[in-house]
Amino acid sequence: MKFLKRSLDRIKPQFEEGGKLHSLKSVYDGFDTFLFTPNETAKPSGGVQVHDSIDSKRTMIIVVLALMPCFFFGMYNTGYQHWLAAGETSFPFWSLMLYGFLAILPKVIVAYVVGLGIEFIVAQIKKEEIQEGFLVTGILVPMICPVETPNWMLAVAVAFAVIFAKEVFGGTGYNVFNVALITRAFLFFAYPAKMSGDHVFVATGKMLGFGPTVSDGFSCATPLGQIATSTGGNLDLTGIGGYALSWWDAFLGLIPGSFGETSVLCICVGALILLLTGIGSWRIMLSAVAGGLLMGWIAYWCQTPTYPASYLNGWEQLLYGGFAFAVVFMATDPVTAARTETGKYIYGFLIGVIAVLIRTYNNGYPEGAMLAVLLMNAFAALIDYCVVQSNIRRRLKRATAKTA
Amino acid sequence: MAEKINYKDVLFNPFSKNNPVVVQVLGICSVLAVTAKLAPAIVMGISVIAVLAFANVIISLLRNTIPTNIRIIVQLVVVAGLVVIVSQVLKAFAYDVSVQLSVFIGLIITNCILMGRLEAFAMGNKPWPAFLDGIGNGIGYTIILVITGFFRELLGSGTLLGYQIIPQWCYDHGYANNGLMILPPMALIVVACIIWVQRSYNKDLQEP
Repeated sequence: MKFLKRSLDRIKPQFEEGGKLHSLKSVYDGFDTFLFTPNETAKPSGGVQVHDSIDSKRTMIIVVLALMPCFFFGMYNTGYQHWLAAGETSFPFWSLMLYGFLAILPKVIVAYVVGLGIEFIVAQIKKEEIQEGFLVTGILVPMICPVETPNWMLAVAVAFAVIFAKEVFGGTGYNVFNVALITRAFLFFAYPAKMSGDHVFVATGKMLGFGPTVSDGFSCATPLGQIATSTGGNLDLTGIGGYALSWWDAFLGLIPGSFGETSVLCICVGALILLLTGIGSWRIMLSAVAGGLLMGWIAYWCQTPTYPASYLNGWEQLLYGGFAFAVVFMATDPVTAARTETGKYIYGFLIGVIAVLIRTYNNGYPEGAMLAVLLMNAFAALIDYCVVQSNIRRRLKRATAKTA
Repeated sequence: MAEKINYKDVLFNPFSKNNPVVVQVLGICSVLAVTAKLAPAIVMGISVIAVLAFANVIISLLRNTIPTNIRIIVQLVVVAGLVVIVSQVLKAFAYDVSVQLSVFIGLIITNCILMGRLEAFAMGNKPWPAFLDGIGNGIGYTIILVITGFFRELLGSGTLLGYQIIPQWCYDHGYANNGLMILPPMALIVVACIIWVQRSYNKDLQEP
């Protein structure tokens, strides 16, 4: 650590005004504050806000930590599904982990290289500090995509999302929509064949020649995919190899699905970290779960064979698909969520309702959590406006009543 | 007319500096609707050039006889008549494209560019500059349509004017057409990119 600090301090003069590498100052600052807490606090003349030296990079790091249980479970599950697909009966833990690691590593690298590359370039052009928002986005993107997504598609989608959802709005902290979800939405609409269906959610190839062989033409749909195509209210979900899946498997996460979002258990651990550190908003999580449960039960009471997903009861709706992941890690994104405390209840509740609504009543989209969060991102500012205005009206009434 | 009209400016300004689509932001709906493929975009552009030029001339000839309070109705009648002619010509000579364009030829009547030019220019100028203005604005509109259509067809379908441009071996190696390019939202983003590029070359168009 000391060595790192000393070498950073030694090269610092070159990046200051007049130094020969001054044009790369934002890159230097980015690395410096990434590695060490900056020793700047609020200026005394800057008003009354108290703000300590923990900058938003620290916040981001905690979110990344909260994602780690899901990430490691995703590695295990990717390997597990692959071993199942190959018809193996023994599941050596470290081999599964290695396989999953090799499967996800290129995607993480692609997401970070493309995303951070664009951020660095923009920061240089605008002569600004490098913003840290992409630390979280870069790890989220591989986790919410199917494991078989081609890397070049991921690169195109990340570039699109970073430029058009973030930089054109002014960079980190100004984006209207969640950048990771824009990436996924772009992939979903641009390359539907690679983002849904029954060929993309289980890794079938060998990773650097590692792992058992899976026969050609292997296919397996996610539980929600199976539900969307089932008929007559028959919800016998099956995993790879034909064994029955229960809600317990969905809770643990040993089901086919996007890389990091299968395990509700690990998501709960992540949620706990976010709540204990005060980074995620419990209002949004709680109200989103309430909204999902309510809509899930309404759909269950009005169940009809036209919409097979309505045969799932309320709490099962929360366990399948990306609902839990979207609620914990996407809806609580402080930049794109509602800012007012009352607004957060409304915002979260509507995310829960709309996610289940889309999933149940639109057969074209087996999963609606992504679209629900994006839709509510667009409405977050409006919700805040209404909350603030109603507050102003109430207090105005009170004030005028007193004086009159 | 107090100021003398510079014919060259009348014709060439709408190409870039005063482009009806990317500077005045008119006629966006038809840009979204007809640019998924290049061929309909070109045909649509030519139709608009023809309608706009002749509508401008006719209104300019009538400008001193039209009563002010019914001028919009008169303009609409003139445009509607021209649009019917264009529509019939297309049906006779380019039936496939006219089917693709379907209602959008008819909707030229409601294209904001037409009403804008008739109101702003043809009502106050002589036929010859009005004709040039119509041609200029029509071409300005067509330029944007063709650029947008070019990128949307190339990236969305891998073809240009129906001919395969992206070779088969790309698809064999995992390349896939971008389905989002075919959908209307992407037309907005492509137009936004054109605006972006144009503004960065013409600094005086940038809003502070």
